[in-house]
Amino acid sequence: MLAIIPGANCAGCDYSLLDLGEKAVEVLMAVDIAYWPTAADLKLEDLEKLPDGSVDIVLFEGAVNNDETEEMAKLARRKAKNLVAFGACACFGGIPGLANVASRDGVLQKAYVKTLSTLNPNGVLPSKLTRLGDEELTIPEFLDTVKSLNQVVNVDYYLPGCPPPLKLVADALAAALSGKLPPKGTVFGSMKSVCDECKRVREGKRIMEIKRYHQFIPDPDRCLLEQGIICMGPATRGGCDAVCPTMNVPCRGCMGPTPESQDQGARMLSALSSVVGLEVEAGLGDEEVRKIIEQIKDPLGTFYRYSLPRSILRRVWGARE
Amino acid sequence: MGEVFEPNIVVFACNWCSYAGMDLAGTSRIQYPSNLKVIRVMCSGRINPVFILEAFASGADGVLVTGCHPGDCHYISGNYKTRKRVMLLEKLLEQFGIEKGRLRLEWVSASEGERFASIAREFVEQIRKLGPNRISEELRKEVALV
Ligand code: SF4
Ligand code: SF4
Ligand code: FES
Repeated sequence: MLAIIPGANCAGCDYSLLDLGEKAVEVLMAVDIAYWPTAADLKLEDLEKLPDGSVDIVLFEGAVNNDETEEMAKLARRKAKNLVAFGACACFGGIPGLANVASRDGVLQKAYVKTLSTLNPNGVLPSKLTRLGDEELTIPEFLDTVKSLNQVVNVDYYLPGCPPPLKLVADALAAALSGKLPPKGTVFGSMKSVCDECKRVREGKRIMEIKRYHQFIPDPDRCLLEQGIICMGPATRGGCDAVCPTMNVPCRGCMGPTPESQDQGARMLSALSSVVGLEVEAGLGDEEVRKIIEQIKDPLGTFYRYSLPRSILRRVWGARE
Repeated sequence: MGEVFEPNIVVFACNWCSYAGMDLAGTSRIQYPSNLKVIRVMCSGRINPVFILEAFASGADGVLVTGCHPGDCHYISGNYKTRKRVMLLEKLLEQFGIEKGRLRLEWVSASEGERFASIAREFVEQIRKLGPNRISEELRKEVALV
């Protein structure tokens, strides 16, 4: 039996399942669907009624960002024989995890009051309970800190990516169907970095300037990082066949940190420090070096785009909006 | 008035220059505050940014990174790499809400015992003014909730 349970997700992970094409049909023929709100007309009660531990594979999509997704995560764990964090958000917090740059109130203010396109003169914010005459309406309540799935419950397998690469999805499903799942804790992905899968040529060149795409047309065969474009390849786990740099787009890090690193940002920070400036900077003063470093405008948002909740520091602290 | 705040400071020192400089301060009986917890590494280039993030996450109020003066690194370029890492970390830590000034980089040679002691005194005072790093406490609460 298979269940696909959404948390704070965008349903992009569902697409990667449907993109399997004929393979998806094979899988769907081979298993019973216990729950999959995107595609199957089953109710939550149907899932709740099943005995605990009876669903062979549960794919949990999305981060945990409110009390409802937290409950869904716990339900997923209860029902699952094998719980898979499916996609970057479930694995590391992903894009919804970037809400950790602000407090819950800051996020709500921004989304419901301060954005230019919002008209909300009374400053109404979503609240857990709303009364409308005799009716009581409840909606989920946001957490102050967004979490990855394994910060809420134990997770058996990880399948990162935004969305997860088809090949990895197919491999994981095939392993599950044939009863040949790898040891618990396995991350479906490569043990190497995206750079190891990237065909672009690295020449060991240094960069004195950080560049962006609108400023020049990068050489299609050379490493993007060595041309001054921030590419997360060195800090990111492979398994996606480096699709983005292959298509002329820098890697954004959606496969999460490389296996040996605890913190994707720290790894990227080291990698960048090795590429910018010169190997031996005897002739460069602090100010000249700082000038190059200053061109990296948003290290936090760039280095932790998909993994802020799973970083060592987890969120922005202190006075925050 | 409560007690004076005694900051917890982690110092990373490269084996060849800075650690020897600290040793000199000790053998010359130069006084410097006992708030420093020194971790010796072979070269400042060995200091993975993870060490610094972990130090702040586990309760350091300040982190002092030391290494050989430019041109003197025994592995030629370790300290140049460190300079870039620390500059970038300063930016990143500020974004994380860790106040500027809690991370500092200083070059200390083996003969600069006196200089090391005065840097140490100055840094401790600077961190004392900034007060405790509350992040680790909050972080622990956050992790405990999980
Ligand atoms: S940094 Fe990017 S472009 Fe360069 S080799 Fe790595 S993945 Fe490819
Ligand atoms: S290249 Fe990077 S951003 Fe693109 S799919 Fe691979 S890990 Fe994700
Ligand atoms: S050996 Fe001292 S900084 Fe490299």
